[in-house]
Amino acid sequence: MIHDGRWLEVETPEGVVFSLPLAGPVARFLAWQIDLAAIAAVATAIAYLTRWAWDLLPDTVAAVNYVAIFVVAAGYHMLLEWRWRGATIGKRALRLRVVDRRGLRLSPVQVVLRNLLRPVDQLPLFNLVGGVAMGLSRHAQRLGDLGANTVVVRVAPVPLPPVEHLTPPRYNSLRDRPHIEARLRRAVPPAAAVLAVRALLRRDEMDAAARVELFREMAAALRQWGALPPELTAGRSDEQIVRNVVDSYFRAPS
Amino acid sequence: MIVDLRRFLERRRPLWEELDRRLRAVEADPFARIGLDDIRRLHDLYEQVAADLADARELAVRTEVRDHLEALVARAYALVYALEETPARFRPLRWLAAELPQAVRRRARAGVTAAAAFGAGVLLGGAALLADPSARSHLMPFDHLQLHPAERVLAEERQMRAGGDLAGEQAGSFAAMLLVNNVRVSLLAAALGMTFGAGTLALLLYNGVVLGAVCVDFVVAGQTAFLAGWLLPHGSVEIPAILLGGQAGLVLASALLGDGDRRRRVDRLAAAGPDILSLLGGAAVLLVWAAGLEAFLSQYHEPILPYGLKIAIGLMQTAGLAAWLAFGGRWAGRPAP
Repeated sequence: MIHDGRWLEVETPEGVVFSLPLAGPVARFLAWQIDLAAIAAVATAIAYLTRWAWDLLPDTVAAVNYVAIFVVAAGYHMLLEWRWRGATIGKRALRLRVVDRRGLRLSPVQVVLRNLLRPVDQLPLFNLVGGVAMGLSRHAQRLGDLGANTVVVRVAPVPLPPVEHLTPPRYNSLRDRPHIEARLRRAVPPAAAVLAVRALLRRDEMDAAARVELFREMAAALRQWGALPPELTAGRSDEQIVRNVVDSYFRAPS
Repeated sequence: MIVDLRRFLERRRPLWEELDRRLRAVEADPFARIGLDDIRRLHDLYEQVAADLADARELAVRTEVRDHLEALVARAYALVYALEETPARFRPLRWLAAELPQAVRRRARAGVTAAAAFGAGVLLGGAALLADPSARSHLMPFDHLQLHPAERVLAEERQMRAGGDLAGEQAGSFAAMLLVNNVRVSLLAAALGMTFGAGTLALLLYNGVVLGAVCVDFVVAGQTAFLAGWLLPHGSVEIPAILLGGQAGLVLASALLGDGDRRRRVDRLAAAGPDILSLLGGAAVLLVWAAGLEAFLSQYHEPILPYGLKIAIGLMQTAGLAAWLAFGGRWAGRPAP
């Protein structure tokens, strides 16, 4: 996952540490714009739905509109963040979510508090105070987040790498030569082995010419480190050699 | 250390996929109730995948697999621990009768400070108008207050005699407008607590200045009975509501500043949060009541409604409100944290 921004590190009671990518100001601003559009749409719908009663009860309709629009504007974020586990329509669209600073789901008090403090973040115009607070805060928190101890994180799905690329498509002849496998494990630097694995996992993302060139260089280096006999590499593509070496390198010794 | 990467991925992947499937199902329907067996299975899977994440630190393909597991564990962690920390059920009547007055008393220092700031504003506004009557339009920059008090009383009473019926024309929308405006002021007073209380105090002071100037303006013009009859019915509720908003802001400021509390800021804020919400909830309830009174009672004057009756209603409300906040919830003791 590529994320150049800040991270929130969380340690669970089980002692496991994980990181959550924090949402940046631009994504949050765009999500807010979508939410404003949603609020405007609901307000328009309320005005439209109550229009039929205007001639009959103009004062009551005006009062209902006034209060309902205020309630929608003030309650939209609170209701959705509470029921949608920290998300609103805008945040869902931008794959963002509000979470407790400890990585937990928001409590109702946190939901209300962070939204009650929104007027201060919006001062004087265009969320300037909130934006400055986010820039200065280690966890990109606006004042409402600081008050409620919340953060906004990105929740983009992270697919599991295609592990099948690690599987040698043909028989791995290196498995018949335990001494060569042992030499490979000893001679190939761990960083180079990791690089080879990552190259295999990302092969489909590469341009064909670049992929051929990359595996050619890798295979040459692995041949040299492992002093691979020519009969074990003859007739095999460079990528196949890299697959076989990775398979042998990370396979549990039998 | 995981030596056989492929075997590790192949062996553990079904568990990760099951956890992902279960999380997706829960996330897709936030209103769904999760059964006990599902909770147990989720917890079990969470612990296993968390252990895999710890192992994945040793993996050759650390970044890809770890990112996947971290995202999975983060989702499961938020859900599993949220299920363990289910908040107590909100009981509106208990809150109104006991918890709100308790919060007001528990945070009495902030309440007294808010009242003092507002009171200082009243004195300042009154004194400023007495010292410089020409500053009237600056001290009360609202159209409906620009008329001289005697002229206004004359006009209002003439309208009453002519059968002017505000309730039949625009009382509802007027009440709604007042409600929204006052709730906004109360919310802003609370939110400005994030300025370490300076904004809250300034807002309370300003509102006090306007009220002080209005009071002196009418008293000096000999319209004290009209003023009391006009302001007391709704003001006896509306002003305490705004003070509750200010009190909430000062509680927030106190949690930010520490104020002798040696706990971490986040812990102080977490502890103050429920009281801040209670105070603001109280302000909102009072403002709904005040808006109704202002639209349907305060705007009616003699000869339709005698000033004495309106003043009596206002005084009774003040006494009732004071008794509620002073004694409400004393029998119930402190709520469990």
